[in-house]
Amino acid sequence: MEAELSQAYAQLWADLPAIFSLGLVAVAGLVMITWDVFDNNSPVIPWLGAAAMGTGIVWEALALVGDPGAAGTAMLGLVRTGGFASFINIVILASGMLSIILSVPYLRRIEHDYGEVYCLIMYCTAGMIFLGTANHLVSIFVGLETMSICLYILTGLVREDEGAVESALKYFLLGAFSTGFFLYGMALLYGATGTMALPEMAAGLAQPAAPGMIGSELLFWAGVALLLIGFMFKVSAAPFHMWTPDVYQGAPTTLTGYMSTASKASAFGSLILILVYALPPEHWPAVLAFVAIVTMVIGNVLAISQANVKRMLAYSSVAHGGYVLVGLTAGTTAGYAGALYYLLVYALMNIGAFGVMAFLEWDGKEGREQTLQSLAGIGTRKPLLGVTMGFFMFSLIGFPTLGGFIGKYAVFAPAVQAGYTWLVIIAVLMSAVSAFYYLRVLYVFWFMDESEAEDGARKASFPVPFAPAAVLVVCALLLVVLGVLPFLLGTTSAFFPDAGAAMQAAGGAGP
Amino acid sequence: MNVPLLTSIVIFLPLGGAGLAALASRGRSAKWVALLTTGATFVLSLGLWLGYDPATATTQAPQLADTWASWFPPGYDVKYSVGIDGLNILLVMLTTLLGPVVVLSSWHYIGERRQAYYALLLVLQTGVTGVFCAFDLLLFYFFFELTLIPMYFIIGIWGGEERIYAAVKFVIYTLVGSLLMLVAILFLGYAAAEGTGAVFTTDWYELLAFNMPAAQQLWLFALFALAFSIKVPLFPLHTWLPDAHVQAPTGGSVILAGVLLKMGTYGLVRFCLPIFPAAAQQAALVFGVLAVIGIIYGALVARAQSDAKKLVAYSSVSHLGFVVLGIFAFTTEAMQGAVIQMVNHGISTGALFLMVGMLYERRHTRLMADYGGLAASVPVLTSFAVFSVLASAGLPGLNGFVGEFMILLGSFKSEVLGAPVLVAFATLGVILAAVYLLHMVYRTFFGALDRQENRTMRDMNVREVALMLPLSCRPSRRSARPRPAGRRLT
Repeated sequence: MEAELSQAYAQLWADLPAIFSLGLVAVAGLVMITWDVFDNNSPVIPWLGAAAMGTGIVWEALALVGDPGAAGTAMLGLVRTGGFASFINIVILASGMLSIILSVPYLRRIEHDYGEVYCLIMYCTAGMIFLGTANHLVSIFVGLETMSICLYILTGLVREDEGAVESALKYFLLGAFSTGFFLYGMALLYGATGTMALPEMAAGLAQPAAPGMIGSELLFWAGVALLLIGFMFKVSAAPFHMWTPDVYQGAPTTLTGYMSTASKASAFGSLILILVYALPPEHWPAVLAFVAIVTMVIGNVLAISQANVKRMLAYSSVAHGGYVLVGLTAGTTAGYAGALYYLLVYALMNIGAFGVMAFLEWDGKEGREQTLQSLAGIGTRKPLLGVTMGFFMFSLIGFPTLGGFIGKYAVFAPAVQAGYTWLVIIAVLMSAVSAFYYLRVLYVFWFMDESEAEDGARKASFPVPFAPAAVLVVCALLLVVLGVLPFLLGTTSAFFPDAGAAMQAAGGAGP
Repeated sequence: MNVPLLTSIVIFLPLGGAGLAALASRGRSAKWVALLTTGATFVLSLGLWLGYDPATATTQAPQLADTWASWFPPGYDVKYSVGIDGLNILLVMLTTLLGPVVVLSSWHYIGERRQAYYALLLVLQTGVTGVFCAFDLLLFYFFFELTLIPMYFIIGIWGGEERIYAAVKFVIYTLVGSLLMLVAILFLGYAAAEGTGAVFTTDWYELLAFNMPAAQQLWLFALFALAFSIKVPLFPLHTWLPDAHVQAPTGGSVILAGVLLKMGTYGLVRFCLPIFPAAAQQAALVFGVLAVIGIIYGALVARAQSDAKKLVAYSSVSHLGFVVLGIFAFTTEAMQGAVIQMVNHGISTGALFLMVGMLYERRHTRLMADYGGLAASVPVLTSFAVFSVLASAGLPGLNGFVGEFMILLGSFKSEVLGAPVLVAFATLGVILAAVYLLHMVYRTFFGALDRQENRTMRDMNVREVALMLPLSCRPSRRSARPRPAGRRLT
């Protein structure tokens, strides 16, 4: 980027509409924190944030409907624009917006309804958007750190609770460690290829070593390995998943829903961009297949033995990362498209599931300790929560007519096509295992009698306000729509018209 | 009879009724909604029966077909495609017939959360009808899995003591099989796409035309057959069945025995045999042996039961063994017999479950030892019960006989099976069926009337007679005129 400074400014100005939602979310966050200074913890703040995100969703949806096949870069090649960016932004913004709406009454009940929380969510979302659409190693790093630092704080929101503080500290220490891997990987990649822009990496590797640079294959693949470790940590893939259960259990429940969906979507989005545009598909499919297997097995098997619902959902979220990795392993545009589709339905069902759990807590402390047994027969007393939970659980298992099935179809089918049938067989067997613990939630909710609940469960009685109830119903209905009418599959598969030189070198494995 | 979209209406009308029933303000209105919906669906399905023309070939497309090609986006040849042919018309009719019967049988038995119960029942009917009508594998899978969700809740909420165990076992057993089948569907779709140079396809007719290399056929066949064998259930995959049957409420048992199990045998006939012909013939003997083991084993275990519902449940294992034997005999007679036996088993076992349910409603016990001599106190109920038992045991002149006879005849001649000795053992099952069923009748309805509760037992009322009549009329008619039904199959 040797452009004249004035030219660069003009270019940046012209690019602003391309990063509209990123800018909107960031500016809205700044407005909100300013508002908070003058009107502390004003009830307007969260709604301002939700409105900004809603506007962003509409903007991106219009862009997506206009031309799903668009692809390009903006901001001097730092971020990608076009159909892919719009889609991943919609996923991130939607989970942000829904989580904010769910959080308002929940945080008020646990008496941590601070204006700053929503500002942090906005900054975090801005970081996620930057990460999810990154076209450059620097934007990956900036986005990743913005997101992570906000998440560390949000995790430890309930300061009085030792468990929450412990989980935040654990998250922070392990997160900092993974950032180290990340940075080192980036340094090696830069050393190997002489560039930090993703699309130029493959070309940089192919060229003979630049003067003063070590252009070695070894350096490159070592860098890729370290980078992958960083990503695996962020998407909580095994064996880098250790922080997940503690953090998901310790964080306020609605925020757990947010971090389990939005951060996963953005990290996977970034990973997909790297795989599509930067890496020649030689060695990493085998690595991803291995990680996918370990992740699915560990996530599902450990989820079975959890009595605490949030912890169970945390392990299940590890497992779902594994299903997405199955799609990535395929290494075709159809596989990436399927992974994106999966991230969307996963966001809806997990936010819904954590949302239901949030409203079944009766105060912050006991909620964190909430076991399945304490929820016996709750479906009868809170039919709305019980019925929507039914939708979310069946969707998480992957039952047809719900989005979860089309999501699984979208990641498994390309993997079968690419010759990974054995991997898909493991994946479906693990789905069958997952049915066991998801169904357990439903039978505790519906089949058991309230009298079987542990002491104190009957206290869990409170009204579910209109807005969060509407969020749960909307999530459930969207899952039905996405599950019955898979039209978005066509949209997502149009996203990579300019699939990187790396992929074309491999013979254009796409359909 | 040319009603547009008739097949789709028959499939989805219950779903609409389910929405209404779920939103009904009172349980009473929910059950009337359910009765009217299932009744209307049955009347409409008569249109299918009349509209279906056995003389017209269905080798290119089903009759009364509804297709919506753009269900999946371009790039996938996955269609919404339903229709009627000789194989599924009888099963669709059976499903729509059992609909109102099941609603009537639950009339008083289901006392709580009636809106949810009837809504789930109607969703279940949509799922089952869809399974039988689907001519696209992925669509079939949609409906196949959809049936699990309502059944899980029906067993789990309104079932007996061990309902949670039974419900979870039922879903997980079936799910393992059907998920593996999904992998096979995906593989098959891409293999066909490669073979024909077209896009990923799950269209039944295209897959039929596509000749899979024999080497791949075997394991794909195995995955499909595993899913369906679990559903049938074929020995030794049958262990979920007694639990599910015994714990389910009467209505659930009737649907389970009447139509859900048929999804397995139907799947074998519809998908396994035509799409993987070579593999199916290779595996025929294995399935034949397992089927015969199932016939004998089911019958022996049924004989040992003291719980009447369990007895009927194990009799299903035995009876469906005949169907599987007939399917894998690869002769016309046996195949026709298998389809007739599917329908007949649905009717007669459905009737048996209804009888057991009626006894349970009156006495709240299913142990045969608690009854005895009921013939004197409840003559109408006794005559219906004896009638159903004889039909189930395959007495000539009633429905069970035709199917079993054709299966045995066809299997004996079968060159693919090539083991007439199997048929000899299977015939033993017919005798054993008479033994355990008559034993049940004897212990329950005859003998000494030695308990006060049994003396004062209430006989069948008009509703109960009304729900038994359709099941009792059909056996005799079907038996008297087996040929038309047989002709429709070919």
